[in-house]
Amino acid sequence: MNRITKLSAIAMAAALLVTIAGCSGSGGGGSTSSQGNLPNIAAQKKLGAGEGKLNIIVWAGYAEDGSDDPTVDWVTPFEKQTGCQVNAKTAGTSDEMVQLMRTGQYDGVSASGDATLRLIYGGDVAPVNTSLVPNYATISDFLKLKAWNSAGGKMYGIPHGWGANVLMYNPAVVTTAPDSWSAVFDKNSPYAGKITAYDSPIYIADAALYLKATDPSLGIKDPYSLTEKQLDAAVALLKTQNANIGEYWSDYTKEVEAFESGSSVIGTTWQVIANLVQSDGKAKVETVVPKEGVTGWSDTWMIAAKAKHPNCMYQWMNWITSPKVNAQVAEWFGEAPAQTKSCSETSDPNFCDTYHATDAAYAADIHYWTTPQTTCVDGSGKTDCTAYSEWTTKWQQIKG
Amino acid sequence: MAADQGVATRGPVSAFFATRPRTRLGLLLTPPLLWLVVAYLGSIVVLLITAFWSVNGFTGAVVPAFQVGNIVSVFTDPLYREVTLRTILVALSVTVIDAVIAFPMAFYMAKVASPRTRAFFLVAVTTPLWASYLVKAYAWRVLLEPNGPIDIVTGGHSPGYGLPATVITLAYLWLPYMIIPLYAGFDRVPTSLVEASADLGASTGRTVRSVILPLVFPAIAAGSIFTFSLSLGDYIAVTIVGGKTQLLANLIYGQLVTANNQPLAAALSVVPLIAIILYLLAMRRTGALESI
Repeated sequence: MNRITKLSAIAMAAALLVTIAGCSGSGGGGSTSSQGNLPNIAAQKKLGAGEGKLNIIVWAGYAEDGSDDPTVDWVTPFEKQTGCQVNAKTAGTSDEMVQLMRTGQYDGVSASGDATLRLIYGGDVAPVNTSLVPNYATISDFLKLKAWNSAGGKMYGIPHGWGANVLMYNPAVVTTAPDSWSAVFDKNSPYAGKITAYDSPIYIADAALYLKATDPSLGIKDPYSLTEKQLDAAVALLKTQNANIGEYWSDYTKEVEAFESGSSVIGTTWQVIANLVQSDGKAKVETVVPKEGVTGWSDTWMIAAKAKHPNCMYQWMNWITSPKVNAQVAEWFGEAPAQTKSCSETSDPNFCDTYHATDAAYAADIHYWTTPQTTCVDGSGKTDCTAYSEWTTKWQQIKG
Repeated sequence: MAADQGVATRGPVSAFFATRPRTRLGLLLTPPLLWLVVAYLGSIVVLLITAFWSVNGFTGAVVPAFQVGNIVSVFTDPLYREVTLRTILVALSVTVIDAVIAFPMAFYMAKVASPRTRAFFLVAVTTPLWASYLVKAYAWRVLLEPNGPIDIVTGGHSPGYGLPATVITLAYLWLPYMIIPLYAGFDRVPTSLVEASADLGASTGRTVRSVILPLVFPAIAAGSIFTFSLSLGDYIAVTIVGGKTQLLANLIYGQLVTANNQPLAAALSVVPLIAIILYLLAMRRTGALESI
């Protein structure tokens, strides 16, 4: 009898396993599409009443509720106005965002260009009915229907803002203001051991951008369209850099802490991190746009294909791109707002000029994060480029 | 009288089971067996199956198409070999450090200290277990930071963030898991044996080597199972104090979260699984499994 009990337990376990395997099998099978096979997901037709809750994945500083700085709060007014309780989950990298969206627990995400296409073609996000987002009309035209936020002629989100990854340094240690990324890539850097870098495969593009300027023989045109040889050169540069790195960061709080304690003195950053260090007052930092140019991001609020609170998400997309709020977010994060009307709402009247918010030419000059694919993403139509999966493998090798 | 009462108060349910011992046993064992087989072993089996699947290079979605590439690359890629070696060395160093620190402490607690001091030590050893893991790891980050307390005390010779800092932090975190079984082990050694050894003229060193160590070795081995397996799977302490160091669990986490490559992550997690199984088999020969 005892043996029978054991046997039946095993049989039940086996049955369950088959069920589990079957479920995940069909789940995976639904999204085997490579680019070109757009999942057929319909946009919402009309707006209903709010569901009282909203779960979103955000970049640090995109959903402030006054807990970082009591004067920086656009979540609480949203909750009061719409009755949607916001639960914001901060992610450190685009990869984390994609992973979190796949859990199916979130209604939306502030996705950068290196996550958007993966989400769109993975069937994780739905197209957006822009007529349900009144503030969409006045968003900068050069952000609409772009390669990173649309597919099949449909917008897959509402543009939020854009900006550059800049070089941050502690002027108390780095006494001569750097004007080049060589400050972090030079083998003989005087700041060896106190250099930091962004802990994501997408950082390979920063090395490629530096090589584009310093080693023309490689023929790099676009830092996200690298041939095998160009990728190897960037990887070699990053391996050299690794010897001088103190710590990598992907959690923004870690970089804040590292600069405040002095364990990092120079490295790539987002403006919001510099602002946080400055407002804490424990260390002084400066930021600079190096002469080789910069990588950057252009973020889009996307709605999950299976959002549980779609109406709250639509209200959020409209709220976050409203002139006043978009101005607040942009000033807090240190980026150009997508909303053209925000420029008259910023507390610093010159803010939009500083960030070139309405300057299409300047915006075109930033190398926005995008997902590298074997079909080069520079539009040349060539197919000898390296894909992101290869970048991730190389990234682990770089870190060793 | 007592037996009569027992019969009198027996309800219909217990009367039913009293005559059917097999049913009783079956019902008793089914929940834990289900837990073990379905939730525990089942999840490991699912993991192993995933290791043979592949992933869509662009969207990162898992594709249930059989292939052995992941397993092959885990055992052939020099990166994975190097990191595996590093991780096992960290786990072994942590285990050795904890054993060396715990040995005299546990001996003192079990054999020398008065009951009152013993209670004090037991509380002192276990109290850190009440504090959050993250708090303790971040405390070490502060201790080790440039111009931090350790830097000041040692005159600028803090190890800084890196592999040594990781070993120190992990050794601190898992020390109680070594002291407690070792204390129990010493407690079981009869004091008369130590006295007899001394009466027969053995030096202290000889007594420790020939009498105490063989008797408490299973306890050390039992503690080492905890310190070894906990260190092997850790990836948080190393991201806090390890600087740019990667351990095996960081690679698994990276493949899962950064690369969105669940199959490769599953294949990678086979490595610590094998390491733990080998370690447990080795420990079984020392009789440690009876001492846990």
